[in-house]
Amino acid sequence: MEAFTTHTGRAVPLRRSNADTDQIIPAHWLKKVTRNGFEDGLFEAWRKDPEFVLNRPERQGATVLVAGPDFGTGSSREHAVWALQNYGFKAVISSRFADIFRGNSLKNGLLTVILPQETVEELWQLTEADPTIEITVDLQAREVRAEGITAPFELDDNARWRLLNGLDDISLTLQNEADIAAYEAERPSYKPQTLQV
Amino acid sequence: MARTLAEKVWEDHVVRRAEGEPDLLFIDLHLLHEVTSPQAFDGLRMNGRPVRRLDLTIATEDHNTPTLDIDKPIADPVSRTQLETLRKNCAEFGVRLHPLGDVEQGVVHVVGPQLGLTQPGMTVVCGDSHTSTHGAFGALAFGIGTSQVEHVLATQTLPLAPFKTMAITVDGELPGGVTAKDLILAIIARIGTGGGQGYVIEYRGSAIEKLSMEARMTICNMSIEAGARAGMIAPDRTTFDYLQGRPHAPQGEDWDAAVAYWKTLRTDEDAVFDHEVVIDAASLSPFVTWGTNPGQGAPLSASVPDPAGFEDPSDRLAAEKALEYMALEPGTPLREVKVDTVFVGSCTNGRIEDLRSAASVVKGRRIADGVRMLVVPGSVRVALQAVEEGLDKVFKEAGAEWRHAGCSMCLGMNPDQLAPGERSASTSNRNFEGRQGKGGRTHLVSPQVAAATAVTGRLSSPADLPGAAVLEA
Repeated sequence: MEAFTTHTGRAVPLRRSNADTDQIIPAHWLKKVTRNGFEDGLFEAWRKDPEFVLNRPERQGATVLVAGPDFGTGSSREHAVWALQNYGFKAVISSRFADIFRGNSLKNGLLTVILPQETVEELWQLTEADPTIEITVDLQAREVRAEGITAPFELDDNARWRLLNGLDDISLTLQNEADIAAYEAERPSYKPQTLQV
Repeated sequence: MARTLAEKVWEDHVVRRAEGEPDLLFIDLHLLHEVTSPQAFDGLRMNGRPVRRLDLTIATEDHNTPTLDIDKPIADPVSRTQLETLRKNCAEFGVRLHPLGDVEQGVVHVVGPQLGLTQPGMTVVCGDSHTSTHGAFGALAFGIGTSQVEHVLATQTLPLAPFKTMAITVDGELPGGVTAKDLILAIIARIGTGGGQGYVIEYRGSAIEKLSMEARMTICNMSIEAGARAGMIAPDRTTFDYLQGRPHAPQGEDWDAAVAYWKTLRTDEDAVFDHEVVIDAASLSPFVTWGTNPGQGAPLSASVPDPAGFEDPSDRLAAEKALEYMALEPGTPLREVKVDTVFVGSCTNGRIEDLRSAASVVKGRRIADGVRMLVVPGSVRVALQAVEEGLDKVFKEAGAEWRHAGCSMCLGMNPDQLAPGERSASTSNRNFEGRQGKGGRTHLVSPQVAAATAVTGRLSSPADLPGAAVLEA
C-alpha cells in the first residue's frame, strides 16, 4: 500500500448525499480483473452532464473530493476506491462514510476523512467561491487545513500508523502465525468444511 | 458480564487481542464469486502465498452469468473473461467451485445456506455486501472488499474494528399480505441508509421469531442498506430444523454438540444494546420505495412525498434529485405509478418461498400488456424445486419469463437490464440510479407486490386484484 502522510491539492465539491458505489463505479466496470483502468468509469453517469462538477475545467487536476454525507453506501466493491485513486484523488472528505467503503479506502491508502457537516459546508463554500484554493489533509497532525479553516479529524492510532508507513496488512497478520495456528487447533469438530461431501 | 448475541460470536472468534490493535478474528467460512476475487488471487500469486484454508472456502459464479442460453458461450467477452479467470484461479489454488451449469450454482448467498454451510455462531465473509444475509442463522456475517478477500485467503483471519450493538425489536403480528421485505423496507425508511452505521443489528421480538429462515434471510440481507456492519437473528428451533439433514450440517454426535452450542447463542437477558428501536408489526403494510436509495420508501397506500416536507436540507436535496431521476411528481398516489418491468429474484427474494409467494398471486391471471416479468431463481436448486412444484408453468402461463439462476437484473452485470427510462418493480435490494441499467428506474417491492404489479401494470398489492378476496380466502 502507498503510504499517506500529508497531501495538499485543489478540491472537487460534490454536493450530493448517498453517493453510492453504483454511482462511483457502475457495475459493468466491475468485469475488469485488474486494479487499474477504472478512471473513466468514475461517476460515469453523472459525467455525461457537461456541467457536472468533475467536468468543469477549473476542477481538472483536483485531488481532494469533498462529498455529502453517506458517501460510498451500497456494495463492497473495492473498485470504487480504485476508481477514485485511478482518477487522481488522494483524499475524500465527508461527514459520514459507509463502513465497507471506508475500510477499503484505508487499505489502499486513499485517506477518507470524517468532518462535521458544517465544516464540509464551509469547505464547499470556500472551494466553490475560489476553485484554486488548496486543501491540506495532514494525517501526521490529523488535521484538515484550508484558507481560514483548521479542522481536526479522528482516525484511530493503528489505522493511522499503517497508513503513515504504507504497511501491508497481510504481512502484519502473518507475524501472528502462532496465534492463528493455536486457534485452529481448538476449533470444534462440528464446524462445517467446504470440501465436497 | 451480560453479552449480546453479536458479542458472543465475536468473542468466540478472537485469535489475538492486543492493546492498540484491532482484534484479529478467525473466519469460519469464506464465500467467493467472480467479481471481487480476481485481484485478490493476483495478490496471492505476486507474494507466493497459498490459500490457507481450502476447506473453509467455496466459490460460485453469479454476478455475470446469463439467465438465457447458458449452454452457449457467454456473449460478452469481458464477462466471459471474468468467469474464466475465476475458474482458472480456483483450479490453480484448489478452491471448490460451482460454475455455471453446475447443480449447486447460484447466487452466493443462496448457495451457502442451502448447502448447510452457513450455521449459527459462525463468522462468514464474502466480497459482497449482501453477506449480511447469513446473519439470519445467528452468524456474524459481513461483506468485505477485495483487499480483505486476499487477507482471508492468505490468513483465514481479519483484523476488525469494534462494533456497536443495536436491537430492532418487532413485536406483534404482521398483517396478512405484509412480508419480511415490507418489514425491512419500513425499517430502513425509519432509521435511514446511515442509521445502522457502525452497528451490528440484532432483529428480535415475537414477529421475528415467527418468520421462516428464508424470511429471516430477506431481513438480514438488507441490513447493509441501513448501513449496518451486519444483521443477526438468534438461532432457534426454526434454524435447527432448517439445517438438519443439509449436506454440510453436522451429523450424529457433532449435531448434538453443535445444537448445544447454538442454544447458547442468545442475547443475555440483562445485556445492554447501544441503541434500541421498537416496531409494532401490526402497524405495517406493503411498502415500496419511491426514490433512489433504499431509505426513500413509503407504504404503498401513500403518495410520492413532497421534498419541501423534508426538514433536513440534505434529505430535501436528495429527495428532489431522486424525484427528478425517477420522473415522479409529488402527491402522485404510489398505486398510480406504471411500470414496464417486474423482476422477481436476487439474494434478497430469490428463494423458493419467494417464488411460491409470487406464483400464488399470478396463478390463473395474466400479466398486463406491455409489462415484462422476469423470474430468476436464486440458485439451480431453487429452480429445480420450483419446477417440481410447477411454479415455472404458473409463471409462464401468466406471461412471465422463466430464467436460469443468477444475480441477473438486481445489478445488470449480465444482459438482463432496464433500458433508459424504463421503470421496474423489483424484489432486489437497491434502487440506486442506473443500478438495473443506465437510466433505469427501480421501485423495491416484495415478491407479492411484484407479482400483483405485473398483473395490473401499476404498483399494486395482491389485495388490489379483482377476485383477491376469493383467492386469499
